[in-house]
Amino acid sequence: MAVFNLQVNGKKVTLDVEPDMPLLWVLRDFAGLKGTKYGCGMAMCGACTVHLNGQPIRSCQTPVSSLNKSSKITTIEGISDGVQLHAVQQAWIEEQVPQCGYCQSGQIMSAVALLKTTPDPSDADIDGAMNGHLCRCGTYDRIRKAIHRAADLSKSSGAGSQKVGKAGGK
Amino acid sequence: MTPNPHNRREFLKLSSLSGLGLVLGVSSFAKNAAPVLLSAEAIQLEINPFIIIDNLGNITLVNPRPDMGQGSTQAVPSLLAEELEVSLEKVKLIQSDGKSKYGDQTSGGSSSVRGLWEPLRKAGAAAREMLTEVAAKRWGVSVDQCYAEDARIHQRNSNKSFSYGELADDAAKLPIPKEPKLKDTKDFKIIGKKKPRLDLPSRVTGQAVFGLDVDVPGMVYAAILHSPTIHGKIISIDDAAAKKIPGVIKIMKAERPMPHRTSEAVAVIASNWWAAHKAKKALNVTWDTKGTEQMSTASYFAKTYEAAKQEGINFEEKGDIDQALIHADKKLEANYETPFLAHAPIEPENAIAHVKDNGEVEIWAPIQGPDWALRDVSNYLKIKPEQIKMNVFLLGGAFGRKAYHDFLLEACFLSRELKKPVKVIWTREDDIAQGPYRPGMLSAMRGAVSGKKIMAFHHHAIGESINRQVFNGLKEHEVDDWIMGELSTDNNKYRFPTSKLSWTNVKTDIPVVWWRSVYASNFAFGQECFVDELAQAAGLDPIEARMGILQDDRFKKVLEVLAEKANWKEKLPAGQGKGVAIFKSFDSISACCVTVAKQSGGGVKVEKVVSVIDCGWYVNPDNVKAQTEGNIVMGITAAIKPAITYENGVAQQSNFHDYPIMRISEAPQMEIHIVDSGAQPGGVGEPGLPPVAPALANAIFAATGKRLRKLPIDLGEV
Repeated sequence: MAVFNLQVNGKKVTLDVEPDMPLLWVLRDFAGLKGTKYGCGMAMCGACTVHLNGQPIRSCQTPVSSLNKSSKITTIEGISDGVQLHAVQQAWIEEQVPQCGYCQSGQIMSAVALLKTTPDPSDADIDGAMNGHLCRCGTYDRIRKAIHRAADLSKSSGAGSQKVGKAGGK
Repeated sequence: MTPNPHNRREFLKLSSLSGLGLVLGVSSFAKNAAPVLLSAEAIQLEINPFIIIDNLGNITLVNPRPDMGQGSTQAVPSLLAEELEVSLEKVKLIQSDGKSKYGDQTSGGSSSVRGLWEPLRKAGAAAREMLTEVAAKRWGVSVDQCYAEDARIHQRNSNKSFSYGELADDAAKLPIPKEPKLKDTKDFKIIGKKKPRLDLPSRVTGQAVFGLDVDVPGMVYAAILHSPTIHGKIISIDDAAAKKIPGVIKIMKAERPMPHRTSEAVAVIASNWWAAHKAKKALNVTWDTKGTEQMSTASYFAKTYEAAKQEGINFEEKGDIDQALIHADKKLEANYETPFLAHAPIEPENAIAHVKDNGEVEIWAPIQGPDWALRDVSNYLKIKPEQIKMNVFLLGGAFGRKAYHDFLLEACFLSRELKKPVKVIWTREDDIAQGPYRPGMLSAMRGAVSGKKIMAFHHHAIGESINRQVFNGLKEHEVDDWIMGELSTDNNKYRFPTSKLSWTNVKTDIPVVWWRSVYASNFAFGQECFVDELAQAAGLDPIEARMGILQDDRFKKVLEVLAEKANWKEKLPAGQGKGVAIFKSFDSISACCVTVAKQSGGGVKVEKVVSVIDCGWYVNPDNVKAQTEGNIVMGITAAIKPAITYENGVAQQSNFHDYPIMRISEAPQMEIHIVDSGAQPGGVGEPGLPPVAPALANAIFAATGKRLRKLPIDLGEV
């Protein structure tokens, strides 16, 4: 075991784990952040996607020892400002994208990263950025629409966004 | 929290925060089930899904259908809320815990709205009438002077009203109306309307709790090494390297209880799953694979082709098809093969079981059927259902896989040995290489045409029976009744001058189970491609040919709408083609039109899919569309991506690199149309899938002249 200091969602986190443990399991089982999902363990499905210094990475293939205290990690729990949902989350709701929703954390993390570099993506840009993500429920058509919508929402500076706390259902 | 109605104190605490509330249930899911009034004393009665209104006006519904993405967390409470005149936002939903009083609780067979349509609306309407009666009495007016709206009873032509909470105590004392008046469908405010799913915010913020996300105090993790040949026996275990991995607690023999047989396995128990997984990979286990090496998909299919040459068990015959085949102008014969497929939900199989010292058992798991799982755990551990507490969480996809409880019983086995909560998590490799799978099937087709008329049609279904393997429910001379129903002319509504339906069971030890739309996903391929072949032989347009043999107006309407929406008659450029197929499953009729285009570099591409569904009444049209979109993606994936194959007893696929599923760049344009027939509700989660593969193969024929009769199709090689 070894002690690692990380920055996760803007907070300092100290963890005592095996150095080869993938960030995915560190986040889920040691940092208590369950929003990042396990799907394949070989970077084929994208369910485990988080941001490392703003870039989407596959946390199932990222040993914790490859990170240090200056590595800024953002997970699905950290993309909204705590008051309003991120435009991508808002667009995902407006287009009613998720079916089971299990893969959507990863999908959303890649969509957020895409819109940072490409604020008005084409369908081809979307396919390129999102092709590493599998959705067995088959929500791809809605993901495309939602990314275009998120691009529009971002331009209109999030007017009418839903408050974070207003998550209904169970 | 899920109430345990056997614990009266807990139940009362839940149902009435300050005094007794109105507790209403329906006594069965059967049609015309009468609502039953529950007093505190009546809690021990056999009760099914129920409504609780407490004195504060809180309304709780027990959802008897776990949500695996199909939207039951919206569809089920909508049925209640509509008649109760409350908005969905005001209904609290809790998941049923498998107890028999809730009746059938399995998300499967596209059954949520189909099965609950009447009982839950009646429960809502009965409660509304009882609340109205109390309000009318208090005001001294007739019930006609009162109406329900937004969780209140209002007096007409006045501003007087009572909240449901204010009326609940007295309402609970009234007899329950046996035949409450259901709303006129034209007055529906929720059912049939496009409404956002209220739990989606939790599914885009990482807050939704799936089975894999559950932790319980004192829990240990298990990674399980299964036999590479499924049924191999352990000769020796070398765990020297595995034991050294930090976090490993124990390495032990385990078992994988499948319905048809139990397999040997080795479990690594550790303080965290990564350690367990690493140690599993460090294990060196020698397996006795004797007898299991013969398990191969090639030899299985060889047997199905042999069976195609023989007479099967004939279960429906009209006229003398042999004579018809002799006397017709043209006779056609063709075999259609569909492969074994894994479900591959992105959330892999996982479960927590705690077999406690006092004999009680608690389960936390993502499972499709709480009632079914309860029964399986009870039988496996030889304890009473009353000793089991079942906590069911969201499923990160399932498609049939999570109604097969091997992974859950593995956790039960380990917890019984360790006397601790044990969380079993399968890897993707376990999921893909261990099964169970959709069985591969063969459709042996024969038919004939004379002039422009289809004269004969024979569908011989050949393969393993889920009923036989999973339930040991098929005798040698019997026909799998599920297949019988699916293929029957009563289901497909085709009327041929002569026809015959047959079945031959070819057995395999490769584990099989239901997969989205079950046998319909196999046999629609043979049926609908062969109808196209017969149409071609008769010189008929594929839609025109079907119109000529269909004896049902709803089927015809679906095809008419499809022809119009897909612009069927348009002239396509060279190298493009359209294909159609129609199939009824789970009481819904679904048809689709696939457009393919030849690519300059070779092969074909799926350009567009237009799908039409008549599912009768539905709750949320947007969810009908979403489910159909999902069925198109899964249906095309099943038709064009590599399948599961076995050689020498071993699955040749193990993860998404060799068992790929469709990605966003491959997703075609999609258009979904709903035919509003107003019929009794049919299923929505599955019926969109079966027509996809045959429509694709028919489109490829139209574009290229190549008739492909074996799935999967490699689009690049067409």
